[in-house]
Amino acid sequence: MSVNDPDRMTTAPGAQKGRLSGVLRVLEEHPLPGPFRRTFWRSPLRGPWLTAVFGLILLVGLTILFVTGLLSYAAYNPDLPDNDLTPTAGILDFYLFDWPTRPYWLYWLLQGTHVTVGLVLIPVLLGKLWSVIPKLFEWPPTRSLAQTIERASLLLLVGGAVFEFGTGVLNIQYFYVFPDSFYPLHLYGAWVFIAALVVHVALRFPRMVSALRSRSFRDELRTDTGHTVPEPPDPDDLVSPDPAPATISRRGVLALVGTGSATLFVLTVGQSIGGWLRPTALLAPRGQDSGSSPNGFPVNKPASAVGVESAATDSGWRLELRGGEQATFTRGQLLGMPQHTAHLPIACVEGWSTGIQAWTGVRLRDLARLAGVADPESVFVESIQQGGFGATSLRGNQVLDPDSLLALRVNGADLSLDHGYPARVIVPNNPGVHNTKWVVRLSFQT
Amino acid sequence: MRAFVAAYGAHPLHLLALLASFALAGYAAVRLAESNPVGVAVWFVGAAVAHDLLLLPLYAIVDTALVRTWRHRRGFPLGLPSVPWLNHLRLPLMVSGLLLLVFWPSIFGLGTEDYTAATGLAPDQYLANWLLVSAALFGLSAVAYAVRLRRARAG
Repeated sequence: MSVNDPDRMTTAPGAQKGRLSGVLRVLEEHPLPGPFRRTFWRSPLRGPWLTAVFGLILLVGLTILFVTGLLSYAAYNPDLPDNDLTPTAGILDFYLFDWPTRPYWLYWLLQGTHVTVGLVLIPVLLGKLWSVIPKLFEWPPTRSLAQTIERASLLLLVGGAVFEFGTGVLNIQYFYVFPDSFYPLHLYGAWVFIAALVVHVALRFPRMVSALRSRSFRDELRTDTGHTVPEPPDPDDLVSPDPAPATISRRGVLALVGTGSATLFVLTVGQSIGGWLRPTALLAPRGQDSGSSPNGFPVNKPASAVGVESAATDSGWRLELRGGEQATFTRGQLLGMPQHTAHLPIACVEGWSTGIQAWTGVRLRDLARLAGVADPESVFVESIQQGGFGATSLRGNQVLDPDSLLALRVNGADLSLDHGYPARVIVPNNPGVHNTKWVVRLSFQT
Repeated sequence: MRAFVAAYGAHPLHLLALLASFALAGYAAVRLAESNPVGVAVWFVGAAVAHDLLLLPLYAIVDTALVRTWRHRRGFPLGLPSVPWLNHLRLPLMVSGLLLLVFWPSIFGLGTEDYTAATGLAPDQYLANWLLVSAALFGLSAVAYAVRLRRARAG
């Protein structure tokens, strides 16, 4: 392979043709029928330019998904007690930074972006995989050790991509058929996928750039079906050796994929933004109307689903504070303390949000002072809820934010039981499940 | 170096990059498979197989059948002007299919118990919504086709 070969990092099967020996040559001379013959693939649109366009969009989109995913992980403050949902992560469990409370909309934006961009990328991923499918049936299946190893890596890449998109899509629809809890699957699956993706990008990036430069994007947008001709033969054998007449132009394929993405966007983004846009999310799991009462916004886990009965929250309910001193308060006593109102959304890891609501209650920092810990390192929050997220930790900066509340009321009314009556945590920029409902104990740590 | 490239088939950096990638993937895979190795392996390989050997052939066959029908029956016996209809059918069909692919658990009411346990609501509107969206997609495409037909006749 010459040093001047622009693809010298990669295996270039075309460059090695005719140099095969032994078994490989026998295989090459006796191709299997059907998809293993290159003439089986007849679309005149397949070629490096189209693949590179999809590749570039995916490169940008997947980077957004990776960054927002990692930040969501950081948002859980996994170094604090009971917060880490993947305790065996090793070096993948790295601590990023103390999660801030400002801007209050950051987690809302990040998780809405993660889920919405993930959905919108699905047609692009399908287009990309369609554009390279002949490579799966390449014959002979390998021409060198290098190609064998690279193809094994592609199994991780394709398997990882479909696995990540699949688990995400199923999780937001509450269809828990995957073989483990969502958090470890989606986190570790992401690392397998990213490991394969980084090397794929490293090996293919120069090819993507040269392919993008091989045709003018503007000219493609001006070319109709009648004038659509195949790309010239390429060293990667993406272009069909026996192309059928075009039935759609390249701009038509891009419009098709774009329409798919736009439709997914329009039919889901309303669940992330909330408010009057929510009913537009016709297919999103959280597009449903929750009524127009003060408590009429989406619930995550109604009381009945997590073993919370009204008897446990009625007159016998007390809030227990622990720290330097110990104290208990009835709901009436809490209502008698200075009340603060904060206008904040709750944003879920699943990408939906409640939209902004007006929460009223006692500031967490006031409660910390009552517990004798004016400047806490963290607070351990316990709920009467059974199962996941019944106990979580918040960091000191989250306790001290002036908008961090033990909320008692919302939009001028008492919290409903499903929204956490008698009292729930509300912290700006906090992942939804850390805004604990049905709180019974706050243990402030120095 | 030349001997290595001849024996291996690419630059040594190619091998190093791939080995680093496999090592990191392996590190994550050990954790991924910790609680249910067989289930995770089936899901991971199954994901690639489900796309490459099921989904893609399925939609490719549907599209090929559509294109063949179009090639054989694109004449208009009534003397109407000929405007290609193929992509006016392809686009709504593929977008509607895409929505089904993404939201089939909701549309077919799978995972209903978990949906209700999470939201307190019943997921009973998704089939109807998907059908309404599909109706809009096919309807808009029909209107666009009618406009093109009319223009062709006028022209």
